[in-house]
Amino acid sequence: MTHHVLPMPITEDQVRALRIGDTVTLEETLYGIRDATQIHMFDHGRRTKFDLRGHAVIHTAPNLRKVERSGTNHSGYEPVCIGTTTSDRMERFTRPLMEREGVRIIIGKGGLRDGSLEAFRDLGGAYLAVVGGAAALETTWIEAVEDVDLDDLNPESLYKFRIKGFGPLLVAMDAHGGSLYATVNAEAARRRQAVLEKLGAA
Amino acid sequence: MTLMTKPGVEPLRVEPEAIEEAAKLLYIRACKILPDDIKAGFARLDGAETDATAKTILATMIENIGVAERMDNLLCQDTGIPIFNVLIGRNVQVDGWSLKEAIARGTARATREHPLRSSVVHPITRRNEHTSCGERVPVVNIDFTDAERELRIEMIPKGSGSENGSFLQMLIPADGVAAVKRFVVDRVIQAGGKVCPPTIVGVGVGGTSDLCMHLAKIAATRPLGTRCADAEGAKLEAELSEAVNALGIGPQGLGGDSTAFAVHVETAATHITMNPVAVNIQCHSARRASATFTPEGIRIGF
Repeated sequence: MTHHVLPMPITEDQVRALRIGDTVTLEETLYGIRDATQIHMFDHGRRTKFDLRGHAVIHTAPNLRKVERSGTNHSGYEPVCIGTTTSDRMERFTRPLMEREGVRIIIGKGGLRDGSLEAFRDLGGAYLAVVGGAAALETTWIEAVEDVDLDDLNPESLYKFRIKGFGPLLVAMDAHGGSLYATVNAEAARRRQAVLEKLGAA
Repeated sequence: MTLMTKPGVEPLRVEPEAIEEAAKLLYIRACKILPDDIKAGFARLDGAETDATAKTILATMIENIGVAERMDNLLCQDTGIPIFNVLIGRNVQVDGWSLKEAIARGTARATREHPLRSSVVHPITRRNEHTSCGERVPVVNIDFTDAERELRIEMIPKGSGSENGSFLQMLIPADGVAAVKRFVVDRVIQAGGKVCPPTIVGVGVGGTSDLCMHLAKIAATRPLGTRCADAEGAKLEAELSEAVNALGIGPQGLGGDSTAFAVHVETAATHITMNPVAVNIQCHSARRASATFTPEGIRIGF
């Protein structure tokens, strides 16, 4: 188990060096993305002004406060509470997000499915688990909402966060076919019969 | 016409302005402070957990509860679908329509003034009004109690990750209770880490289809440590709590013993031809807040 500190963006070699069970702390830049963001990007053909190549995205839709645009804050927002959401709903966007936009890392909770695992292997990517429902803590890892795109979708806009010590995150799916979720799910399926027998419900 | 109130006893009157203020306060408070029974539940799970990764995740969740309180911030980014349970006691005078309107105004004010993320959209256009309100939302459930001159409002910001873990099956009598148990175990496996475990697994048994689902919600949002009033339901709770925690799903679905704080069951009588079962799941951020109005004033709690 290795701990990696990754200033974003990263290369394909860097993401392929991550193995399930490793931990990662991200630095500098993180993008926030969500259901509506990706439905509009990939189903409605909308494009973003951001260059996402080599970057990490977190499945999120934050609580924000409106402020004046000034200095390095081009978004007009400051963080209130930013955490993560269930990734599974966004499964079908993993490959296009990587192929078209060049994303290398997806962060979320609950994991993604086989299609994403294949995309990580084919294109060089990884899924990092952040603890869902621990948003107060995770907000302390975010310094600013630097910029925003597709903001008519608020709160499901595409956000650019400036981060400091974003982690530790757990490598839960890697570019070598490894998935902690698949392991846990297989184990639960294996234990099911004994559990049902004990309940008299086999 | 008969008198609406008992002669000689002044009824409790609660003004809409007080309801509005309470609704606003409760929505914000519920998002920030976890009830004591849930905190105790975390301590219990953490003490018994044997998996190293699971221990680390539970520690992060416990740390987050402290950070939210110290920084006066929201526990979770998901402000949920706002649910208000209104429990009207005896000898209480309230204008029902004004009460519903006041709850919606309080909800919208909490959203704009705190601010909170509005997580509520039109189901077809997906348009977000940025008020956490919309058609039939906030969800307002009204019931009556025998508490003298007491009006209680319970607020639950129901997170979507766990709400998406909702399942109903209209089983038949020949399927028996074994199928009910199998359904619960299989839905917990299916939900895996998507519902943000450790969870409270709410199970409804009996009733009609809609009542069954509502029972599951009541069960999922009941305080930890409470038991089903029905003896058979209580037995089922104990069996199923042990069963789901033997599956190894663990916190966040990443493995471990702590899959659920508990399985809660609520029951209702059903038809001779029916055997319905429903599951509604509450994530580990099991948020609740309540305001109790009495002639002495307002009590805020969980």
